[in-house]
Amino acid sequence: MPEGRVLEFTGVTKRFGPVTAVDAFTARVEPGVVTGFLGPNGAGKTTTLRILLGLVRATSGVATIGGQRYAELAQPLQTVGAALEASSFHPGRTAANHLKVYAQAAGIPHARVDEALGVVGLADVGGRKVGGFSLGMRQRLGLAYTLLGDPGVLVLDEPANGLDPEGIKWMRGFLRELAAQGRTVLVSSHMLAEIQQSADSLLVIARGRLVFQGSLEALTPPDEFATLVDAPARAALRTALDARGLGYDVMRSGLSVRGADPAAVGAIAAAAGIALSTLQRRGPALEEVFLDLVNGIRTHMPDAAAPPAIAPAAPALPAAEAPDVPPAEEEAPDDLDEAIAVDRPWEAAEEKTESDVEADHFFSRYDDAPRPDGEGDRR
Amino acid sequence: MSLTRATRSELTKQFSTSLWWVLALVLVAWVGSTAAGLAAVFAAGASGALGDAAQGPQLPAELIPPMVYSLATAVGYVFPLLIGALLVTGEFRHQTLTPTFLATPRRGVALGGKIVAGIVVGLLFALVALVSTVVPGAGILAAFGVDTQLQDADTWAMVGRMVIAFPLWVLIGIGVGTLVRSQVGAVVGVIAFTQFIEPILRVVAGLVDGLDAVTQYLPGAASDALAGASIYTGMVGGETQSLEWWAGGLVLLAYAVVFLGLGHLLSWRRDVS
Repeated sequence: MPEGRVLEFTGVTKRFGPVTAVDAFTARVEPGVVTGFLGPNGAGKTTTLRILLGLVRATSGVATIGGQRYAELAQPLQTVGAALEASSFHPGRTAANHLKVYAQAAGIPHARVDEALGVVGLADVGGRKVGGFSLGMRQRLGLAYTLLGDPGVLVLDEPANGLDPEGIKWMRGFLRELAAQGRTVLVSSHMLAEIQQSADSLLVIARGRLVFQGSLEALTPPDEFATLVDAPARAALRTALDARGLGYDVMRSGLSVRGADPAAVGAIAAAAGIALSTLQRRGPALEEVFLDLVNGIRTHMPDAAAPPAIAPAAPALPAAEAPDVPPAEEEAPDDLDEAIAVDRPWEAAEEKTESDVEADHFFSRYDDAPRPDGEGDRR
Repeated sequence: MSLTRATRSELTKQFSTSLWWVLALVLVAWVGSTAAGLAAVFAAGASGALGDAAQGPQLPAELIPPMVYSLATAVGYVFPLLIGALLVTGEFRHQTLTPTFLATPRRGVALGGKIVAGIVVGLLFALVALVSTVVPGAGILAAFGVDTQLQDADTWAMVGRMVIAFPLWVLIGIGVGTLVRSQVGAVVGVIAFTQFIEPILRVVAGLVDGLDAVTQYLPGAASDALAGASIYTGMVGGETQSLEWWAGGLVLLAYAVVFLGLGHLLSWRRDVS
C-alpha cells in the first residue's frame, strides 16, 4: 500500500506582474484524511496546486511533498496523482492510449492502464477516442490518470465539475476510501457544499491568502446557531421578536433568529398568540462563516495546532476594504440543504451518452457500499 | 533511464493519433507525383521523345536522376518540418503539457524525449519520401531509356545524405514549434516560409549578383546543399553559389540547435497554467 506523504507549503508567493495570485501561503496537509481546499474562483487555488506540482514556479517560498519538491521526486506519478483540468487530452487519441503515453513516460507497467480505466468505470470505452467523451467521462479519465501510478498522494482540482450527481457521490466515497487507506488527499473546490460533504479537514484561501486551516467542525463556533421561524402572520411575528430585542435575518423561508433556541422563540410566539408554520434549529451557518472568511469580515484560526507561521497570513483585511466585496446575496440560500439542491449546474448540463449511463451504473455499485469510516452521510 | 521512457512516451504519442499517416500519405501523393511528373518531362526531353518541337526545360541526361531523387528533400522537407512543429504545438493546443510535465518533471528530459522521438520519426519519413521519389522516378527514367544511375555509389551517397536531412528538419520543426507555441501560427508560418518566402528569395538570388552568397545559408538551400542536388540548380540554371554538402548539413544542424536552445530557454521552461 503506497504511503501518504505530508504536503507542506511554506511562504509560497506567486506574482504575475503586479498581481499577487498567491500571497505567503503556508499550510500543511496531512495523510489519512480528505483535505478540502476551498476558495472562490480566482482565489489562487489552482496556482497554489500548480506550484506544488512544479508546473508553475513560485516567486518565493517552497512547496514540498514528503519534504521533496515535485521535480526531485524519483517516481513522480507513483508518488503523486494529480488531476488539474478536464481538457488535457488529444481528442484523436483513445483513452487507453492516452494513459499508455504517460504510463510509459513514468515507467508504469502497462497493466495499470486497464486497471485504472476499470476503477473509474471506463473499461468498456478504453478503445474509443477521447474527442467523443462527455465532460463527465473526461473527468473520470483525468481521475484514471491520477490513479495510474497508485500514488500515496492525490491532488484534485475541482474534481466534481462535470460529474453527474451519482458520479459526485461516488467520487466522495472513493476519496474517503483512499484517505482511509492512509493516503494524502487534497481536493479543491469553490463550492462549500461539495467540500462539506467530502472533506474532514479544510484549507480556505481567499485572495491568495490562507484564511482558515483546521477541521470542518472548527470552522463554526458551536455557539453560533439560529432558529428558523415563520408564521402566516409574519409581520406580527416580527413585531413580537422586535419587542424582545432579538436580532433576526429575513430569509425566503422565514426569519432566522440569531442566538435563540427554538423553545425560546416558540415561547415568544405563543405569548403573542401567533400560530407558527415553521420552527426549527439551524445548524452553524457554514455558508455565512465561509463568506465572511472570504470577504475578510471574519478572521479566525481556531485550530490551535496550526503552525505559528500561519499567524501573519491571518490578519483581517482592513474593514474599509470589505464594502468593495459584493455583500452576501439577499437571496442566498438560507439553508445548506437547499443550497445543494439549487446549486447543481451539471444536472442540466449535458445529455448522457450511452457510456455515461454504463459508467453511472458502474458507480452505483459503490454507492451502497458502507463508508470506510462507518460514518453515515454527514447530513 | 528517464530519457528512454520519455522517448517511448513521445513515440506512442506520435503514433497513436492519425496525424503521422495522414501526413505520410500526403507526402507520398505530392512528392511521388512531382517526381514522376518531372522524371517524365525531363526524360522525354533528354531522350528526344518530344522531337524537335520540344520547348520544355532541357537538362543533360546525367543530371536528371539526382534531380528527380532529390525531390524527396527539395520538395518533401516541409513534411518533417511540420511533424516536428506539430509534435510540440499539439501539446500547447490540447493542454497536454500538464500531464506530460507531471510524468516527466524535468523539462529538459521531456524535450530530449521529443528530440530523440523526432529523429526516429524523421528517419521513417525519409524512408517514405525516398521510396516516393526513387521508385516512380527510376521506373519512368528507365522507361525512357535514361540511365537511372542506381548502380552509382554517388546516387546512394546522396540518398544517405538525404536520410540525414530529414531528422534535422524535424528538429528544426520542434524548435520552431516550441518558440511559436500556436499550432495554427506554426503551420501557417512553416508553409509560408517553405513554399513562398524562401523559394522567392532563392529565385531572386539567382538573378541578382552576389545575393546567393547570403541565400545559400537559408535552411532550404542548406538542405539542398546537403543533398547535393536540387530542382533549383536545374530550374534556375544560373551558377548559384552553394555550400559543400557537409557545410549544408552543419548549417541545418545550427538552425536546429539555435531554435531548440531558444525554445527551451524562452518557452519550454515557462509556467504551465
